[in-house]
Amino acid sequence: MDISTPKAPAPPTPEPPTTEQKRAARGATRPGDRIFLALSRGSGIFLLVVMAAIAVFLSLRAFNAISEDEANFFTTFEWNPTGEPPVFGIAVLAFGTVVSSIIALAIAVPVSIGIALFITHYAPRKLGGPIAYVIDLLAAVPSIVYGLWGALVLVPNLVGLYGWLDEYLGWTGIFEWSGGAPRALLTVGILLAIMILPIITNVSREVFRQVPQMHEEAALALGATRWEVIRMSVLPYGRSGVISASMLGLGRALGETMAVAMVLSPTFDINASLLDPGGGTFAQNIASKFNEATENGRDALIASGLVLFVITLLVNGTARIIIERRKEFSGANA
Amino acid sequence: MSNATLSDKRPSSLKGATLPKWFAWAVAAGSVALGLGISAAAGLDSSIQWALIAAALFVIGSYGISARVEGRRQAKDRIATSLIWVAFLLAVIPLASLIYETIKRGVKVLDGYFLSHSMGVVSDTEPGGGIYHALLGTLEQVGIATVISVPIGVLTAIYLVEYGRGKLSRAITFFVDVMTGIPSIVAGLFILSLWIVILGMGYSGFAGSMALSILMLPVVVRSTEEMLKLVPNELREASLALGVPKWRTILKVVLPTSIGGITTGVMLAVARITGETAPLLLLVWVTNFINSNPFKDPQGSLPVYIYLQFANSGGLGPAYDRAWAAALVLIAFIMILNLVARGIARWKAPKTGR
Repeated sequence: MDISTPKAPAPPTPEPPTTEQKRAARGATRPGDRIFLALSRGSGIFLLVVMAAIAVFLSLRAFNAISEDEANFFTTFEWNPTGEPPVFGIAVLAFGTVVSSIIALAIAVPVSIGIALFITHYAPRKLGGPIAYVIDLLAAVPSIVYGLWGALVLVPNLVGLYGWLDEYLGWTGIFEWSGGAPRALLTVGILLAIMILPIITNVSREVFRQVPQMHEEAALALGATRWEVIRMSVLPYGRSGVISASMLGLGRALGETMAVAMVLSPTFDINASLLDPGGGTFAQNIASKFNEATENGRDALIASGLVLFVITLLVNGTARIIIERRKEFSGANA
Repeated sequence: MSNATLSDKRPSSLKGATLPKWFAWAVAAGSVALGLGISAAAGLDSSIQWALIAAALFVIGSYGISARVEGRRQAKDRIATSLIWVAFLLAVIPLASLIYETIKRGVKVLDGYFLSHSMGVVSDTEPGGGIYHALLGTLEQVGIATVISVPIGVLTAIYLVEYGRGKLSRAITFFVDVMTGIPSIVAGLFILSLWIVILGMGYSGFAGSMALSILMLPVVVRSTEEMLKLVPNELREASLALGVPKWRTILKVVLPTSIGGITTGVMLAVARITGETAPLLLLVWVTNFINSNPFKDPQGSLPVYIYLQFANSGGLGPAYDRAWAAALVLIAFIMILNLVARGIARWKAPKTGR
């Protein structure tokens, strides 16, 4: 309070609100309200409990398995949980999962950005909507159908490409091919790329659509070509959105099960060449080993599932945090 | 650029020389022809190869010519345009092929008999049999999953939008987002370790439903949340000002206003889980016989049926035909759900106060 102002009589201090009044202010005094609030808060908490339960129960079984394991769980190149002594490790699975997802991202991200730009900036107005709609629908095609298509249509069609890669790029070692059916990590990567295209495209498209019109018009007014507009105003604005879209795609690719299980012919060793059989993925290994697993085997598979869970949790969490940050700090809301 | 335009037509000198509109198409046609020619000459048999050659030729050709006539910047613009078109075509080819192959191979055995009979006494390598048991199982499992996850999901969304402030709601929002990314097989493993390994229950449709509802929950929460946020605040305030309790406001004003969008979200979520295979393989197991009780014993389901026909057939004709036909049924079901859901969304879009 300013000292110079003449002292006004102090206003009567209001009575501190009773708990009853506080409740009334929050609108939770009536029994109906209280029940409803409890119900809805309860379901929210239930969701958190489920997440926690997933972590706890997987860890429980995983701990069982790992304590039985005679070898190092992270560095062993073998999967024999029923042997005497049980020996198993996730090194091969981690390798296969990471490599196939990286291939998928390397193919899918540029193509998805291309499609997203096509829909927002290149396609004729009338076509943009329907194309976006079709891509939405394709996101709904189940992975089992992608797997069927991959195994029966894509694999035979890749023989030529494999031969070609082997002939001209075989000297790198990465693209060496010994002539088996093309059911290797590269094929898996290509199939995963096709599967994660729709989600990356959809998210990037939304971001590109939000680019302030002013930025683009300013660039155009300075005489920029369409590509320069995209490079100078659309891509910088959309960068973080595209990154998080790619991470969402990565999350999908990491956890994809059936399509990989149907296309890959897994082996339990690591091969430098992407075209020859070598490696498997976490999810694929669980699906294909499950029906012959005993109790020990199951626990071992659950342990590998826990690793997958942690990895996808990290990837998705990071993606969401990037999106959140962008929401808060993007100054361009024109 | 060229001297001729500069000297006799002054206004056009403001604009650089441009290539005619058909230029891109002409180069495209030329490079496809050349690509086909080269691959025919070199004896390459894969269609992927000549397409790659043609694409490379197109990019190089249009850049070279455009750079000479229009200048470097325009040439770069053309390259970018053609790359973006190539990206689009690259994506369309596999997706179109997927739909085409499924329909072409699926219609072979798809008829009333296929839909109304099970695989009961049909061995994997024989023709005949059908998907009735799988269809029944899928409908029951998805139905139970929907019944579990819709109330919880909608209530959670209501909490987030209508009540939620502070740490709890932020935590829920974050974990709902993270939950969206849980791989289906991990959800399956969770139920496996809890329900089957620890509690000692057997395989059943219900176990599968629980895993499916874990996958469905976050989708329902997110879409419902978006829809509730669209309901204009004036409606809530008007109702509260009339002395209507908050819970009745939510039930009688907020939910009816957004019911169309919520229905759409639920249907999209159903479409998403209908195709899930991995958790069902772990939890429901497989059977070729009709089992209409989802709480006891293994059940069939459409996605697992496709997998079995694919995996156990030894690559022989009839089983593959059945796999494709079942895939066609599955896709058709999901697409119809999608279309109907979007139709409802358009028809019942909330009026946003304007």
